[in-house]
Amino acid sequence: MEKPPVDPQNPWLELRRLTPARIALGRTGTSLPTRAQLDFQYAHAQARDAVHLPFDHAGISTQLHERGRDSLLLHSAAVDRNSYLQRPDLGRKLSDASAQTLREHAQAHPGGVDLAIVVADGLSALAVHRHTLPFLTRLEEQMSADGWSSAPVILVEQGRVAIGDEIGQLLGAKMVVMLIGERPGLSSPDSLGLYFTYNPKVGLTDAFRNCISNVRLEGLSYGMAAHRLLYLMREACRRQLSGVNLKDEAQVQTLESETGADMKGNFLLDQSKS
Amino acid sequence: MAAFAHTVGAQTYRFDSLKDVMAKASPARSGDFLAGVAALNDGERVAAQMALADIPLSHFLQEALIPYETDEVTRLIIDSHDKQAFAVVSHLTVGGFRDWLLSDAADEQSLRALAPGLTPEMVAAVSKIMRVQDLVLVAQKIRVVTKFRGTLGLRGRLSTRLQPNHPTDEPAGIAASILDGLLYGNGDAMIGINPATDSIASICAMLEMLDAIIQRYDIPTQACVLTHVTTSIEAINRGVPLDLVFQSIAGTEAANASFGINLNILQEGYDAGLSLNRGTLGQNLMYFETGQGSALSANAHHGVDQQTCETRAYAVARHFKPFLVNTVVGFIGPEYLYNGKQIIRAGLEDHFCGKLLGVPMGCDICYTNHAEADQDDMDTLLTLLGVAGINFIMGIPGSDDIMLNYQTTSFHDALYARQTLGLKPAPEFEQWLANMGIFTQADGKVRFGNNLPPAFRQALAQLG
Repeated sequence: MEKPPVDPQNPWLELRRLTPARIALGRTGTSLPTRAQLDFQYAHAQARDAVHLPFDHAGISTQLHERGRDSLLLHSAAVDRNSYLQRPDLGRKLSDASAQTLREHAQAHPGGVDLAIVVADGLSALAVHRHTLPFLTRLEEQMSADGWSSAPVILVEQGRVAIGDEIGQLLGAKMVVMLIGERPGLSSPDSLGLYFTYNPKVGLTDAFRNCISNVRLEGLSYGMAAHRLLYLMREACRRQLSGVNLKDEAQVQTLESETGADMKGNFLLDQSKS
Repeated sequence: MAAFAHTVGAQTYRFDSLKDVMAKASPARSGDFLAGVAALNDGERVAAQMALADIPLSHFLQEALIPYETDEVTRLIIDSHDKQAFAVVSHLTVGGFRDWLLSDAADEQSLRALAPGLTPEMVAAVSKIMRVQDLVLVAQKIRVVTKFRGTLGLRGRLSTRLQPNHPTDEPAGIAASILDGLLYGNGDAMIGINPATDSIASICAMLEMLDAIIQRYDIPTQACVLTHVTTSIEAINRGVPLDLVFQSIAGTEAANASFGINLNILQEGYDAGLSLNRGTLGQNLMYFETGQGSALSANAHHGVDQQTCETRAYAVARHFKPFLVNTVVGFIGPEYLYNGKQIIRAGLEDHFCGKLLGVPMGCDICYTNHAEADQDDMDTLLTLLGVAGINFIMGIPGSDDIMLNYQTTSFHDALYARQTLGLKPAPEFEQWLANMGIFTQADGKVRFGNNLPPAFRQALAQLG
């Protein structure tokens, strides 16, 4: 039977279902057609807006309060977004005033905690606005079942990942988890990253952290992310370490088994050689 | 270590060392501010450029920016320096060298002969006192031609790396992007995948797949999976078909150590690639990626400015007769190159410096979403690099890398450069495109075929 005629400017449109990549865009002359051009510009605009969206810490604080959770607002040494973007070193440490605030809090609440939860805008406040509450709800359900203790949720403006270690250290926390907005991709402006450190202290490198990436509706679910974090927490306490020496074994095994086996087959190669 | 001073009018500027002059003479960029090596203000910057212009090129052979004793890249640079080739410019200052490069004395032949006589530091120095048009004009004189299954870098040609990345390495998804790219005439530099997973089984499977596609459609190109050089060696040991051996490199021993490599490991990778003897036209088979800021981000820059560190990486590259070197200029982020202006300048510097050293330069004309840059900036850099005679650029569906989350040049962008500048693909690939009925190019203009190539029509029919 004759197939329906294909779009002469775009005869391989059906490939689109095989990948989220921007394939089969068609062409006008040799250039991008208007629709594809503006779709791209909108995606970039969304990503840019996510980078520059101010952190609505008051909104998150209110939501936490409604759930009976206290929070504490801190600021990194980066005074604004421009200095944050150009000086990653400043985003990795607390401002003097915030360090003092935290010290005073720790003195008033001695004894330390199991887990310090830190929420920072990072490169996408949008991610933090969207995912903080639902993710923390899932996490804390599972945490209380395990009997872990936690401090007030620490909210940080203009924060980078490593600032969590300073906060954890000042709080006397056994572990710290940082919820932070990841660098927005063109099709993922709201991806949340989780960074976990056992025995946090100033000066640790990435090698001492574990990362759970891509937490968002189209990516890793809240439940799965919480599950992985709890797994890391239990293993970290058992082995008293985090980072490269504490790999997420469950995840590694899944990835290994998913790849390698059936990689060679695809439509460019499968056809009968008639 | 020499101290330098320069007086302009009533003001005298002092610089501690050659390293200090070089850093302060660098056109402003965020990474040098981050490192604390940049000029304090614009006046000091130009004074440093004036001081640098007066320094004899021969001084660069006396004062190493990073000590010979502690850095194998410095040792490579000094030990492999060709004094005879250098003789033609050995009497010049940095400023005199700029004048010479722009003069008629510097042509394709004389610049090719000079390349082994130049050190990266000399080349970086002269680039710092050159404007954008100087960087374009001199680079345009130079051709660095390399061969594997295709011939890259010929005058009037521009090649593309087809980059069919997929967030989970799904074979059908990768194949879909490959076909999209081929049908838009991309892929003569290579089909090169950045894998999402680094397991050896997955890498080997991707290499097998690329080899099968290239063979089945008889495409005069080469395949690459961008994994660590030691993983490529392991794949070769397992008997997997591998064309190009990839590695990220940097300009200091300590930065390379942070990548888990040194010159010996690169040599092992090069030897392993050569042992397969897979190139039909030549045996240039190393594929290196670099980028300003990589040494600083590994805290391995020794107080040297990022552009000079980058140029030193090209000395590492040229030692292994690479097929292509790619400066991934805007990938690293705004803490190193803040905005479109800085990215554009850096891309042109890297291309110029690499070419002057005899390296087959390409550029990943790119940016991330937290940089102050957009598609207009990339169009500008693409146009300038096209005029400057760049060997290759990336080609990706709709500029959007859905695995690495950044934006680079699209399949369509390469077509734009062909249309406006009359640049053709590598000759072997040009012939293949014509045979397949994808497109032909006459008087610069690209003319697409009216129908899908039968072989690909058949493949699409598989999808039902």
